Amino acid sequence: MALSSGADRGSHSMDKSITLPPDEIFRNLENAKRFAIDIGGSLTKLAYYSTVQHKVAKVRSFDHSAKETEGDPLYEISVQEEITARLHFIKFENAYIETCLDFIKDHLVNTETKVIKATGGGAHKFKDLIEKKLKLKVDKEDEMTCLIKGCNFVLKNIPHEAFVYAKHADSEFRFQNTHPDIFPYLLINIGSGVSIVKVEAEDKFERIGGSSIGGGTFWGLGALLTKTKRFDELLQLASKGQHTNVDMLVKDIYGGAYGSLGLTGDLIASSFGKSATTDKEFSKEDMAKSLLHMISNDIGQLACLYAKLHNLTRVYFGGFFIRGHPVTMHTITYSINFFTKGEVQALFLRHEGYLGAIGAFLKGAEEDNPNQYSWGENYAGSSGLMSVSPELNPVQRARSGTFDMLEMDRLERQLVNLPLLQDPTSYIPDTVDLTEDVLAREYWLYCFEEALDGVVKRAIASQKDQPKAVERAEKFRQKYRHKLQTLRHQPFAYGSLTVRSLLDTREHCLNEFNFPDPYSKIKQKENDMALKYYLKVVKSVEELSWEQRQFTLVKGLLAGNVFDWGAKAVSDVLESDPEFGFEQAKLQLQERPWLVDAYNQWIERLKGPPHKCALFFVDNSGIDIILGVFPFIRELLIRGTEVVLASNSGPALNDVTNSELQILTERIAAMDPVIHTALKEDRLALVQNGSSSPCLDLSRLDKVLATVVRERGTDLVIIEGMGRAIHTNYYAMLSCESLKLAVIKNSWLAERLGGKIFSVVFKYEVPSNIREIKS
Amino acid sequence: MKLRRCSRKPAFPWFGMDIGGTLVKLVYFEPKDITEEEELEEVENLKSIRRYLTSNTAYGKTGVRDVHLELHNLTICGRTGNLHFIRFPTAAMHRFIQMGRDKHFSSLHTTLCATGGGAYKFENDFRTMADLELLKLDELDCLIQGLLYIDSVGFNDHPECYYFENPSDTQNCIKEPCCLDNLFPMLLVNIGSGVSILAVYTKDNYKRVTGTSLGGGTFLGLCCLLTGCETFEEALEMASKGDSTNVDKLVKDIYGGDYQRFGLQGSAVASSFGHMMSKEKRDSISKEDLARATLVTITNNIGSIARMCAVNEKIERVVFVGNFLRINTVSTKLLAYAMDFWSKGQLRALFLEHEGYFGAVGAFLDLLKSADDA
Repeated sequence: MALSSGADRGSHSMDKSITLPPDEIFRNLENAKRFAIDIGGSLTKLAYYSTVQHKVAKVRSFDHSAKETEGDPLYEISVQEEITARLHFIKFENAYIETCLDFIKDHLVNTETKVIKATGGGAHKFKDLIEKKLKLKVDKEDEMTCLIKGCNFVLKNIPHEAFVYAKHADSEFRFQNTHPDIFPYLLINIGSGVSIVKVEAEDKFERIGGSSIGGGTFWGLGALLTKTKRFDELLQLASKGQHTNVDMLVKDIYGGAYGSLGLTGDLIASSFGKSATTDKEFSKEDMAKSLLHMISNDIGQLACLYAKLHNLTRVYFGGFFIRGHPVTMHTITYSINFFTKGEVQALFLRHEGYLGAIGAFLKGAEEDNPNQYSWGENYAGSSGLMSVSPELNPVQRARSGTFDMLEMDRLERQLVNLPLLQDPTSYIPDTVDLTEDVLAREYWLYCFEEALDGVVKRAIASQKDQPKAVERAEKFRQKYRHKLQTLRHQPFAYGSLTVRSLLDTREHCLNEFNFPDPYSKIKQKENDMALKYYLKVVKSVEELSWEQRQFTLVKGLLAGNVFDWGAKAVSDVLESDPEFGFEQAKLQLQERPWLVDAYNQWIERLKGPPHKCALFFVDNSGIDIILGVFPFIRELLIRGTEVVLASNSGPALNDVTNSELQILTERIAAMDPVIHTALKEDRLALVQNGSSSPCLDLSRLDKVLATVVRERGTDLVIIEGMGRAIHTNYYAMLSCESLKLAVIKNSWLAERLGGKIFSVVFKYEVPSNIREIKS
Repeated sequence: MKLRRCSRKPAFPWFGMDIGGTLVKLVYFEPKDITEEEELEEVENLKSIRRYLTSNTAYGKTGVRDVHLELHNLTICGRTGNLHFIRFPTAAMHRFIQMGRDKHFSSLHTTLCATGGGAYKFENDFRTMADLELLKLDELDCLIQGLLYIDSVGFNDHPECYYFENPSDTQNCIKEPCCLDNLFPMLLVNIGSGVSILAVYTKDNYKRVTGTSLGGGTFLGLCCLLTGCETFEEALEMASKGDSTNVDKLVKDIYGGDYQRFGLQGSAVASSFGHMMSKEKRDSISKEDLARATLVTITNNIGSIARMCAVNEKIERVVFVGNFLRINTVSTKLLAYAMDFWSKGQLRALFLEHEGYFGAVGAFLDLLKSADDA
């Protein structure tokens, strides 16, 4: 994050009297505690824990035993303050350290804090300054221990933390799936020297080797050879050089390749070999490039030898030599590919620079036991990975005057895999990776930008009587627009760019400006309206023949799904024509055969024995949940199938939240004996999914949900809606039967899938092993 | 290895040549059992070559005969004589070819056996400039055959092989000759301009495990750039007087002592050239320090890679050869120490007196073999 424009201009002089915009960098200092600092050779990383007061929308059922008048809303919505925990990590140049300490001192209110955990080579140098300024005792922690702790933490908690670097690919960064089990792995830390650490478990790691030829060698030897002082400048020189002028290649010795050994002519036979035999001047650029190759290849070779010896395939690289520099990531990647013939991939980390600070912080926070919680990257408060192609700028970016931030929210629920995933290691939630699909990226970025005005309007409308709603909504607009702009240039900033990440970023930004639930009142109104029709719908369905009934129930489910404030086409219709009703929605639906149509197979299945238990990931409030989902699951219940309804833990768009669903279910139970009995007999259960996203990541679900799914022997998973069944999970492979259904309410997406707006996807899948048993 | 019995002797002169990236290595067999008859028959050209090579120890500005390596009274193919070891820079290759032309080498109808990359690179030059055809041989084959042969004949009644007793104790570290009953399996580390590492299981079963571009050429190249020196001898001379700890950052420079958490000694190098990140330090070091640091850095790195390869290949004997080790006791001792220390005594570093000449010897042996096949 750049400082104010005034300071920016003076950044080269490293002006120490900069004014820091406090609310944008050292946020929530008034509630900060448990400080940790990692001071490296040029950058300082500060970490602290804060509690954030957030407005949350709560729903509460009215006491219905009292009088119930027509027109009274179904439940009460109140905005309450909730305290959540957040981790803040800030990275800045050492030159700013004094200014930053002063700032922190002035804003630090919390007096419980007595100690600051410190790590990194510079911790010693700045010890006195920190103790004097902050009046905190500096408590040094072992560097390597902090590094490993930090590494474990980000690998566990941040999806798309690790990536493979490919200089010439469409997308330089290829993010890796979070593996459910992160151990064992090899961490190659390239600081001034190289440490090779094998990590086998949370607290079990060993330095199995190292090398003295590292970043310090590049820097020190580079400075001697080129008279260039700064590390970044050396990298810049290297990126412009030709190593073949300095190195002796195989072809310089052989005249061509050394064919019998498979050594190509361009292979370096002897680094700097030409400077030993030729009497001429070498350019700085060429020497720097040769040096870079020499060191990267050497480290890569050692890493491979250790990986082979210890039989490890996951090899992460970190340290200041790497730290987001495209040039070194490229040469290391090249070297690893060469020495392992592609068997091992060099992996890099998005938050590599923060590992030490995170680890030191965790050491200091052991009594809070942060590892027992799940954490999530807050897209609103994090700067993201900034990088440009090495041709344009071989160093990460001009460092002067930049503050980089990472914020992580403590999630209220512990998140785990859905036990029904066929292969958790290869599961990718997102259907399209916008980092790689340029056309889709352009469309969706445009789409989200277009929709921004509407979101701002809705946010303001949701808080008509709240203070500064307009001002806050405007800030939200700026923040989100800025995020979209960043993503346009750096789609990889927060890992793979997906529709889900765009939606989640918007939710994070809305929360940031205290718009916890802009749709709360709309949802309330719709729920209210839909409830009135519930019995009528149920009754009309009951009169139908079995076959007709099944079709009507599925159509109802789909029609309900047309009501989605997330899709712009629908929100336009709904806002202009409030009478747009359930029946009309059905008319909008595509006639069979649908775009994806497995209805016949589904019906055949229904003619067989009932499922034991169905897990239903529900979508929208109002008509969708009440007139679509409930009649459908009612039929399942009657068939003898248990039903688990999984809804969002927190609000996102007009999706029904768990607390809303509880009230709705109670109300429906009061009208409908089938639901009433099912609830009483515990054949209908409500669980939360642990998320506040309009999409669904089946690898990060509430632990309770996973337990329920396992205990009940769930054999059918139903996923409803565009966000959960199309943008995500369209290709998800489950180990039981699944039903993915949605109405495509976006014409671009519909066209891309080969259909038109309001096309229907009805995907019924049976895993092959189950099919075999049946046949 | 048994001495060869040749059914047909190849025509003199007997040469073997190894044309490397930096140096050309030449072995020449001087027959000492020349009969009068032969002497009379010997053409003038041949005689002049023999005299030129055996009566001088330096050729031109840069050619050198390593007299101390000469092998006496060797009987090969029924002939007895001395084996001479000559080297000159690859940069002088064209002058050498010209000399071959001037001395009408081609009229002798001998086969010129050559190995090393230069055998390929200069093949055409030999042909067009001097009307000479090269018999090109694989350098690793030659290296192994030459090494096994020299080891088998010994070094003038002394063992060819040696090691260091007490490698971890600088005061009591002494060179000890040794005879090995069985060299196999061995990890053969050939340090020329670059480095090749071979796992050798029998005399003709071997594989190239890996290699590194940080070799002798890197040491000399960096030394030339850093100190302005021009020759390997000069670079080594400077290195012998320097102190690398002024240039390298040690573990104790960072941690104040040992890094006990990981069992790293304070005296271990944490970052080669690490002190050179600071301007003050850059301004205060000598050329000798830089030469020493370069030597130590390259040597330690080779030791480290060799050790990892030995462990991965499960081989305990590590044999270091190549001209990088010529007159370079700093490196040989350091390698011996590194093998012993990091393997906790599991690995032993072995060295051979004829360091860089085995490829040329292998090529020479092939000359006799090719005559045999004919």
